[in-house]
Amino acid sequence: MKYFRTHVLVGVNEASKQAGVEKFVAALRKELEKSGLQEEVNVLETGPLGFFGKGICLTVYPDNVNYENIKAEDIPELVAEHFLKGRPVHRLMFDAGSRFTPKFNYESRIVLRNSGIIDPESIDEYLGTGGYEAWEKALLQMKPADIVEEVKQSGLRGRGGAGFPTGLKWSFTAPIKCDQKYVVVNADEGEPGTFKDRLIMEGDPNQLLEGIMICARAVGATKAFIYIRGEYKLSIERLRKAIAQCYEYGLLGKNIFGSKFDLDLEIRIGAGAYVCGEETALIESLEGNRGNPRWKPPFPGVKGLWGCPTVVNNVETLANVPFIIKHGAGEYKKFGTPDCSGTKVYTILGDVAYPGLCEADMGTTLRTIINDYAGGMKKGFRFKAALIGGAAGVILSDRLLDVKMDLNSLNQYSAVLGSGAILVMDEHASIVDMLWSILRFFRHESCGKCSPCRNGTQQLYDIICKIRKGEGTEQDLDLMLLIAETMQQTSFCALGQSPVMPVRSALENFRDEFVASTKK
Amino acid sequence: MAKTVNIWIDGHAIEADPSMNIIEVADKHGIHIPRLCYHPDLPPTANCGVCVVDVAGNPLPKRACCTPVTEGMKITTNSPKLRSYRKTLVEMILSNHEVVCPTCAANNKCELQTLANNLGVDPDHLPTILRKQPKDDSSLSIIRDVNKCIACGRCVTVCNEVQTVYALTFADRGFEGHVDTSFGKGMANSPCVNCGQCTVYCPTGALREKSEIDAVWEAILDPDKHVIVQEAPSIRVSLGEEFGMPLGSVTPKKMYAALRKMGFDSVMDTNFTADLTILEEGTECVAKLKAGEKRPLITSCSPGWIKFMETYYPDLADCVSTAKSPMSMFGVLAKTYYAQEHKVDPAKIVSVAIMPCTAKKFEARRPELRDSGYQDTDYVLTTREFIRMIKEAGIDFANIPEEEPDEGMSFYSGAGTIFGATGGVMEAAIRSAYFLVTGKDLENVEIGAVRGLEGVKEAAVDVPGFGEVRVAVAHGLGNARKVMDRVREGLATKGESPWHFIEIMACPGGCVGGGGQPYGNDIASRARRGLALYEEDRNLPVRQSHRNPEVTRIYERFLEKPNSPIALKLLHTYYFKRSVTSGQVTEQATHKHH
Repeated sequence: MKYFRTHVLVGVNEASKQAGVEKFVAALRKELEKSGLQEEVNVLETGPLGFFGKGICLTVYPDNVNYENIKAEDIPELVAEHFLKGRPVHRLMFDAGSRFTPKFNYESRIVLRNSGIIDPESIDEYLGTGGYEAWEKALLQMKPADIVEEVKQSGLRGRGGAGFPTGLKWSFTAPIKCDQKYVVVNADEGEPGTFKDRLIMEGDPNQLLEGIMICARAVGATKAFIYIRGEYKLSIERLRKAIAQCYEYGLLGKNIFGSKFDLDLEIRIGAGAYVCGEETALIESLEGNRGNPRWKPPFPGVKGLWGCPTVVNNVETLANVPFIIKHGAGEYKKFGTPDCSGTKVYTILGDVAYPGLCEADMGTTLRTIINDYAGGMKKGFRFKAALIGGAAGVILSDRLLDVKMDLNSLNQYSAVLGSGAILVMDEHASIVDMLWSILRFFRHESCGKCSPCRNGTQQLYDIICKIRKGEGTEQDLDLMLLIAETMQQTSFCALGQSPVMPVRSALENFRDEFVASTKK
Repeated sequence: MAKTVNIWIDGHAIEADPSMNIIEVADKHGIHIPRLCYHPDLPPTANCGVCVVDVAGNPLPKRACCTPVTEGMKITTNSPKLRSYRKTLVEMILSNHEVVCPTCAANNKCELQTLANNLGVDPDHLPTILRKQPKDDSSLSIIRDVNKCIACGRCVTVCNEVQTVYALTFADRGFEGHVDTSFGKGMANSPCVNCGQCTVYCPTGALREKSEIDAVWEAILDPDKHVIVQEAPSIRVSLGEEFGMPLGSVTPKKMYAALRKMGFDSVMDTNFTADLTILEEGTECVAKLKAGEKRPLITSCSPGWIKFMETYYPDLADCVSTAKSPMSMFGVLAKTYYAQEHKVDPAKIVSVAIMPCTAKKFEARRPELRDSGYQDTDYVLTTREFIRMIKEAGIDFANIPEEEPDEGMSFYSGAGTIFGATGGVMEAAIRSAYFLVTGKDLENVEIGAVRGLEGVKEAAVDVPGFGEVRVAVAHGLGNARKVMDRVREGLATKGESPWHFIEIMACPGGCVGGGGQPYGNDIASRARRGLALYEEDRNLPVRQSHRNPEVTRIYERFLEKPNSPIALKLLHTYYFKRSVTSGQVTEQATHKHH
């Protein structure tokens, strides 16, 4: 193995691809060769780097310097100054002009521990970090029931939004005796402002695959599907490569490691409906039908894909599993709070200084996340509100800045952690506009199957349009809440049950603003 | 009975069957949970949300229509909260519905109207969100008015799951989501077979027959026209219920009286041509049996079934009897035999058929059914249209004195009248086929094995001199599909059909459950009407078609004998092959006898 004194990590994602990262990497390598540095400086194409700069971004180790928006013409200066002479180019640095350094906090990373560090397209690099050791352990040293028990003990809860205990979910399917069971990975990330699953898959696809394998072993499924959004082209490409490598290395296929356990894994691409993130609608779509939800019971765990027992888990949930199996539930429970263990991956966006991705312990406060991970508010403006959990989330005011971000603590304030999207708004943001945007989204994304959701989303949208135009009345505010509550109580699936959360929280926390927008 | 579970509904302890949903258990115990899209005959679509109930231990209410009962369940069906949600829900549905109750065909029969009334909704609470769309009136039989559609999905369920016709589906999504035909090309360009079961199960007036009332009134009031009317067997047992009489009242003579009062020039009866059909079809059947034919003979009375066969089983078109339906036999004879006997110019004859059926409107306009030299049947009215006309004419149907029909094409046997129920054609055919083969009458004319509402019924009849004749009866096109698949498989693998003779009716229950029958046409009322037909049969002096004196007379004076050249010319037809996506004719499948 070769040793390099410096590693340059290049973040390859949809944004940097648009900025021409492939050509850039070739040019950088060429420039390094010209200076005779090719044996000393290693250029690595990797996934998300953990900060969201513009254009092409680099992280240089061991100097721990982040660059953003690097153009091809900057390459000679970068090579000459930094890589040859060891003087970082301040002009190009990510936090140039600011004293903030994003907190990467690698100690509390589980899901993102390799992200931005290893080459996501190389299974060898994943293996080099101890990857697939958990898979080997699960397959050769543990009984399926032990795996389920370990996951139960870890306290891992679903990271897709609902927070259902993962081990418990598996324990419904595992004991069923039948010819065929399935594992379905919900990678149809549709909650507005959420893209954590994309970055998890782009940054470290093998970790997800390892989680899927362990889950399949635990519940006795011999076939797994990843249902992924069609827009996630890079994720799909990287997952495909990783799956092919797994087959090549004998990690997937027949009689894995001589254990007599077979597992096949396939990718299925969704067509972009929000409702297909609902597990039963996802299953319908996977079967080739219209993506309408099914009634529960029976739950998918008992009767799911093609009528067979099916475990449906979110990407982030499964990405936690290899750590739990490798290090044990006890080690996992050191993260997070006593009743809500582990970490959570957030996407922070809106009026913060540095929008991006971060992984923090469960129970970290909203204030800490905004200040330590996102550099505080943009341009020093005042915090006004945050939309937590996407469209099916809640709009919090500054009164709740110090609430702990975990499933239980937020529940006390009728809030949800949801998908982990945090949309921060400063004092200039209009909550009326925000709610309008959310309600327009629901109106567009309702599947139209059930009448409360089909008619309710349209009624809510009409009313918020009226209020936004200054033609609404205070009665309209009450009506909006009544409709949203009726939808919550009578809708067929979680989509129709959701609008009440943004509506109620917006009206409770910012009623004055709505009243001010009504007819005088 | 399997293991039961103990549940409580509104405090009443109930021992319930765990295979049932909450609403079924509640209905069984006389507890009415408000509902809209749920219908006991159909699998739940769970679209409306009105039937929500509280189940202790659950944060959100559950839909009673699709939540199975489980041990210890404590259910509350009525609370201030539930009532408020249901009310708002119905207000939301009404805000996206064209509210024109007084002029709607479904007025007083509309389940949405009744529900809104029962829940005391405020129609002005929510602003309308309705976006008016044009009606789909492309079909000859059925009009679809999306402005009245509440997207409950019953029509889609009955079309796809019960009838397996696949004409209707959900299209688009969200607020734009609506029921549509394939490719949005309208009912006329879909595989719709016009069975009209969607109109029967539609809770509102969004689906209904294409009305011909005005044209019929106009003909009646035209002094130049000679209007002759026929009524299908099932009509006589489906009228009384609409006029305060018990369900299943047998009222043929009140029916004749009402028709005469309305102004029809000649009041005849389809039951007469039902008997005639038996002789034509029965003769065809006996000839096939005697020839040792391996392919079955299948009945041809039901126009929904005929179009279904042309669409999905054209390879078996040669197995379907060439005999026209009783309605079309009557139509052609009205403008030939009747015109000749009564010395009326056939050009002036307007032939009206009152049918329990929407598909008959399509059948009447088939271009091949013009053997009289004119369109054989001019207008078809459904039972619902007929009832509306009786009301329009101000006739007190329940108290109208009974009258006899006009003579010549109105006498009927019990065999003719049971055509209206599933198994009836088979039973009538067996009664006469037995005679045609053996020269003797059956000792017991009642054949219980082909009666009742089981989806597919099978029987074997021992016919002396021939042996065992295996028959099958299917009602509802989903059941027809099962039978046809077995015929196709039998022919392909063993070279012969599992049955010699098969009766198929498109509608569940047969014609008594037809798509033109009064709203609220559920399986239970279909069964009751069917029993009424069997009751009439039992009380009639003649119970076999070949004993009908008017049938004997028409052969003597006009048709010579069953399957004679003139009978083949006037009373028999041929079939087509149709596209499974558009329902349009692609080629001719069989040819007319010469």
